[in-house]
Amino acid sequence: MAEPAVPTAIPERADSQPVEMLLNMGPQHPSTHGVFRMVLWVDGEKIVDVEPHIGYLHRGSEKLCEGEQYHQIVTLFDRMDYIGNFNNELAYCMAVEKLMGLQVPERAEYIRVILCELNRIASHLLYVGTMGLDAGAMTPVMFSFRGRERVQALFEAVSGARLMHNYFRIGGLKEDVPDNFRQLVDELMPLLKEDVEQSDRILTFNEIFLSRLKDVSPITADEAIGLGLTGPMLRACGYEYDVRRAQPYSVYDRFDFEIPVGLDGDCWDRHWVRVQEMYQSLRIVEQAMEQLPEGPVASSLGRRLVRPPEGESYVRAENPRGEIGVYVVSDGTDRPYRLKVRPPSFCNLSALRRLLEDTWLADSVVVLGSLDIVLGEVDR
Amino acid sequence: MLESLKGMMLTLASTVTGLRRPVTQQYPTQATPVKPRFMGFPALTWDGGVSEPYCTGCMVCIRNCPTQCMSASMMDNPKHADGDSSRRKIVDYFEINLNRCILCGICVEYCNFDAIVMSHEHEMSTYARNGDRVNLPALLDIGKKYQVKTDWVPPTVLAKQKADAAKAAADDTADASE
Ligand code: SF4
Ligand code: SF4
Repeated sequence: MAEPAVPTAIPERADSQPVEMLLNMGPQHPSTHGVFRMVLWVDGEKIVDVEPHIGYLHRGSEKLCEGEQYHQIVTLFDRMDYIGNFNNELAYCMAVEKLMGLQVPERAEYIRVILCELNRIASHLLYVGTMGLDAGAMTPVMFSFRGRERVQALFEAVSGARLMHNYFRIGGLKEDVPDNFRQLVDELMPLLKEDVEQSDRILTFNEIFLSRLKDVSPITADEAIGLGLTGPMLRACGYEYDVRRAQPYSVYDRFDFEIPVGLDGDCWDRHWVRVQEMYQSLRIVEQAMEQLPEGPVASSLGRRLVRPPEGESYVRAENPRGEIGVYVVSDGTDRPYRLKVRPPSFCNLSALRRLLEDTWLADSVVVLGSLDIVLGEVDR
Repeated sequence: MLESLKGMMLTLASTVTGLRRPVTQQYPTQATPVKPRFMGFPALTWDGGVSEPYCTGCMVCIRNCPTQCMSASMMDNPKHADGDSSRRKIVDYFEINLNRCILCGICVEYCNFDAIVMSHEHEMSTYARNGDRVNLPALLDIGKKYQVKTDWVPPTVLAKQKADAAKAAADDTADASE
């Protein structure tokens, strides 16, 4: 009979040498932000190795897309990264628009950008709150969720849903924003700015928080690129790469915003980059509201069946978590032949083994938190 | 140390303002009102003029639903034979499995007869396993409630009114410039 793979008895301590121990964390662990399991191989308090287990939330979204018509797939993209819904919808719609050579009306582009940037703020606010919780601070989540709630109230007024909006359409938007949209945003902006400032002030430079995060699992830019990190994870290493700037899509080339970059690529830098990004997003929303033109919000396509010509297209966009890529292959019918997503949090998560190298067990939660993963997108 | 104290001051200040003006809603005794565009469960509308549903059972919504959670069938409209109604066909049977519905609103977008709306109903949990399968009368009830609550005007009528108003305004400016 073969030996059982898992040791059933406590290994004997030879000469009171420290023994390596297998520690299972998750999937039902509050700090894994969903259902994610890590099998940690620890030597005392040091992490020797880690084996991530994913797939607990696997719904086969990419396969499901092959059976749905193009306009129905937007709902599936809502459910992938359920914290950055608008950004996800945008990436998908852009991919199909590119395939069809569709021109999106100006007004629709602006509204898309406004909603995406607000969504980025909402997503980062959630991150700030949960990062505080991961590091042991209970208060920041109260402040950040207040701001998030305000953004979601606006989303509800615009799209009718707080989370699964299904608002972007191939070639434009479902319908125009409500008549009082400008007033709603004008009311929201100062309050949101205050919320962002407060959740920044309460956490970012707090001494305890600093000592928990600073110099934890630093990574150099070269290594980060090698591991395929994108988004705030990469920018924290000091490498200025943002798809909105590197390959501007939609109308992002018309706004004046900065790309915050970190210095050492450690957990605190990742946190700082995200906080600074919120301020930049606020700036983009302000500029977009100023420039918002009048006009139609849907292309000539209307409600007609979407039937792109045979071919394939790949687009990338900047999600709150990093670079999302959508690859669509069409065979000329009303359903895609194949659809593939390059999910930012999945690619970022694949660097976990490197990031947890030589860290303390207590820091594993912080490192995982600084990755800011969304399991819906990791598992799809 | 200083930064931690600053954070504590922020908490203290918020506590004081929070005591004066609490922001927490005591759900379920006190619910936040939903926005006008809120998408609750889909419901069917009732044409009060001829006392029949708007729905003709054409199944366009069913073909476009991403989750296939609806089913319907159509029949000849007896009122059309009598000359009371302009609808040749009318819905005979309609069922939505609300457990499967993902509240996406695609059905409303694709219906050509203003027959289906996203109602504001969302607190509809039941104890029975199949309790969320709603049939035609129940859907019409929800729809009527929604129509009364929001002073519902069929979207096509609304669009026509808007277009007429825009046309009138354009005519006015044309007259003025002459
Ligand atoms: S709700 Fe509209 S689309 Fe659906 S069956 Fe009735 S009339 Fe047709
Ligand atoms: S809201 Fe969406 S899921 Fe629900 S019945 Fe309508 S189309 Fe189907």
